[in-house]
Amino acid sequence: MAILKTKVGRRSFIKTSALAGGGLMISFSWLASCTPGQSVEEVLAMPDEWFELNSYLKIGDNGRVTIRVPNPEFGQNVKTSMPMIVAEELDTNWKYVVSEQAPYDKTKYDRQFTGGSQGIRRAWASLRMAGGTARQMLKQAAANEWHVAIDEIRTEDGQLIHEASGKKASYGAFASAAALLPQPEQVELKDVKNFSIIGQSKKNVDGKAIVTGQQKYGIDIKSEDMLYAAIVHPPAFGQKLKGFDADSVRSMSGIVDVFAFETYSEGYEQNFFDTHTHNKLIAIVGKSTWEVFQAKKEIRVEWEPFNEFSFDMDMFGNKTTVNVPSGLESTSDHLAKFKSHLGRPGTLLRKDGDPDKAFAEADKVIEKTYTAPFLAHNMMEPINCFAHVTPEKALVRGPIQAPEFIEGTIAARLGLPLEKVEIEMSRMGGGFGRRAYGHYMVEAAVISKRVGKPIKMTYSREDDMTYGIYRPAYCATYRAALDADNNLIAFHVKAGGIPESPLGRGAANRFPAGAVDHYLAEEWSEPSNITVGAFRAPRSNFHASAEQSFLDELAELAGKDPIDFRLELLQRAKINPVGENNDYDADRYAGVLELVREKSNWDTAKPGLSRGVSAYFCHNSYAAHVLDLKMENGKPRVENVTCVMDCGVVVNPDAAANMAEGAIVDGIGNAFYGVMTFREGQADKENFGPYRMIRHSEAPKNIAVHFVQNEIDPTGMGEPPFPPIFGAVANALYQATNRRYYNQPFLGKGFELG
Amino acid sequence: MAKFSLKINGSSREVDVEPSTPMLWVLRDHLDLTGTKYGCGVAQCGACTIHFNGTATRSCQLPVSVVGDSEIITIEGLSEHGDHPVQRAWLEHDVPQCGYCQSGQIMSAVSLLKSNPSPTDEQIEGAMSGNICRCGTYVRIKSAIKTASKL
Repeated sequence: MAILKTKVGRRSFIKTSALAGGGLMISFSWLASCTPGQSVEEVLAMPDEWFELNSYLKIGDNGRVTIRVPNPEFGQNVKTSMPMIVAEELDTNWKYVVSEQAPYDKTKYDRQFTGGSQGIRRAWASLRMAGGTARQMLKQAAANEWHVAIDEIRTEDGQLIHEASGKKASYGAFASAAALLPQPEQVELKDVKNFSIIGQSKKNVDGKAIVTGQQKYGIDIKSEDMLYAAIVHPPAFGQKLKGFDADSVRSMSGIVDVFAFETYSEGYEQNFFDTHTHNKLIAIVGKSTWEVFQAKKEIRVEWEPFNEFSFDMDMFGNKTTVNVPSGLESTSDHLAKFKSHLGRPGTLLRKDGDPDKAFAEADKVIEKTYTAPFLAHNMMEPINCFAHVTPEKALVRGPIQAPEFIEGTIAARLGLPLEKVEIEMSRMGGGFGRRAYGHYMVEAAVISKRVGKPIKMTYSREDDMTYGIYRPAYCATYRAALDADNNLIAFHVKAGGIPESPLGRGAANRFPAGAVDHYLAEEWSEPSNITVGAFRAPRSNFHASAEQSFLDELAELAGKDPIDFRLELLQRAKINPVGENNDYDADRYAGVLELVREKSNWDTAKPGLSRGVSAYFCHNSYAAHVLDLKMENGKPRVENVTCVMDCGVVVNPDAAANMAEGAIVDGIGNAFYGVMTFREGQADKENFGPYRMIRHSEAPKNIAVHFVQNEIDPTGMGEPPFPPIFGAVANALYQATNRRYYNQPFLGKGFELG
Repeated sequence: MAKFSLKINGSSREVDVEPSTPMLWVLRDHLDLTGTKYGCGVAQCGACTIHFNGTATRSCQLPVSVVGDSEIITIEGLSEHGDHPVQRAWLEHDVPQCGYCQSGQIMSAVSLLKSNPSPTDEQIEGAMSGNICRCGTYVRIKSAIKTASKL
């Protein structure tokens, strides 16, 4: 059992909330000394009274427990897994738990941010403490009432038990008394071996609401007196609003107002999550979504190219100047930029040994170049937001991954103090990184302020798909040298992107760095006015695919099995690593490869199936995939994927498997089809007809997910399974077609460097 | 604007809207039935699927003016207690991630099973290919449909 202090220095991990009224205590104290415990049915009813033990949980007089989930939900199922953690340490029966989205409140919760696959990892300690301290307070309340030492009381399944005297009571009986007690200074947490909720698969707490259509998303929000708004944004990057004719739509059915507005004020110092493509938009306000969408089709607008400009951005504490070039870019321009970098060096990121010499003396050298295009996030729920702004305050409700990073912008834009801005996080119909950029919350707020009414702003799918904040376009050249014994002696990666390289933020320190004597990593970037942002496993989502495809080709050149080839390198990295800051644990990385070899029956050939393997470490978790596909009428069909994850303790196994399955399907879809192209600045795919998404008939027939069993503190599942799947697809396609696939999308039209 | 009297989930509902308004928006904005979702507006994603005279239909392409007195069933009207076999199967397989596409997936699946009570994998894939799931729950959806076909 771990004993943890609940305060570190002056900072408490648990922020306790207001105490329950004393009068309530009298009404329920009689329960404490009589009833031995209540039936499950009694506890499952809604209680008459709730008592807050801390900002994460309140307990009803009948033992029901409401647990508040600090992070916003976008399908990663923290609505279920975070309460599981609290309930475990609280030591109650999972059946008694109600899960609720916590309000956005910095005074009560840390890090209400969804992204980076960090939710469970960063909240692990505070969630456990929330449950553990509440349990302690309940024990103390019972000890006080029963006049026994607290150590003589144990808990089980939401009951307080004093064995010696036979006294028993439900948590509900002591909730009001416990709520009056001070927060304990230290708390005993369970040993991993004694978990009875964590590690058991629990059904999605919102499942019933979702399958009955009752679950609300931001786009479903309604209020009294609400108007509907649509926006019109420039049809191309590099353009801005020149003029528009409001009269062309003002008399259309349901239209209330038409005006232009600026999202950001001139000179405002933005942060990374303030990224937005278009500052000046047109708002069309009316009485229904359809009516404002109809007006969008009819409104006459003129656009003009903008001149290059710069602005200041606070990039995580570093003040940077961002330069936005002018111009109407086409994909052919991007291809030309990729080609221009093929012959020249990049900016040095890391060098070990003497790569030039090693390449010069090598027995065999192989060099391959990989590309991938811009990608649109395409969440199923299009961008939207509700806002109700009055002169005194602003209520903004909608789907958002990062409320903390947009609230300051909203306040500044409206001229309100921060404490007058309330953000309510609704369940998101997908995020994938796109909803970390809350420009649409600012837009809705500005529109509401202007019309003086609550409004719900909805982007059309076309608005959403062509707005930007895409995954960048990337290009990477890999070179490797083998000696006469087929040992890997040198490895060189030069990777770049428009507008940023995929090797930023330490990716140059990832495997196989550390496993090769002579290693060189370089990067480059080309500016663009096409906006980009985080897309499920930023940078890794390309870097892994290129690297893992290259390792496959390299293994073949060396005459080695692709898994053996990686394991040999990992062994080298483990016992005799090269250089410093190698960003992976070679044992754990080898562990997922060994387990995937076993679980996929890698060494047994499967007749008619072509297999590819890939593995990667990012966002703190290790992933390995073996993918089997078959060609049917000249088209690949994925039959099986065997996936092994090492993400430490798995809180909700079936839900974690669902996340891996989703990442695998997402990866196959993007590898096969995902592409956004540009013509004279216009994103030339604006809906799902031209932008191909993976569908039922293209998903794998079977996916088997396995978790490495260990007691390491949990790490994430949202992103880690995604990057390596692209490599597994490419490697399996090679086995099936005898052709290497270097340019994504593999089944569509990608950059071809010729 | 015109008045329409509609049969939705077994009840009579009145709306006063432009005749060209797709049923998707009549349901969402005028009848407080937000279970039917907007995903694309061009019948490419399936999120807006309802049953129109018993047939799975993309409501974003169904103007209110052609509905007349045909029966419309939405996800909210599929069952009284959320216990339609397809809904139960969805819960048994813990299908949803974000959940946004699932109303449309379920309505399409119900329609498939009505016309083909024991579909093969290929038939499921064919019938369901109009419904996009961005979170990638396709494998679970197929399992749930197979389970539902036995319930």
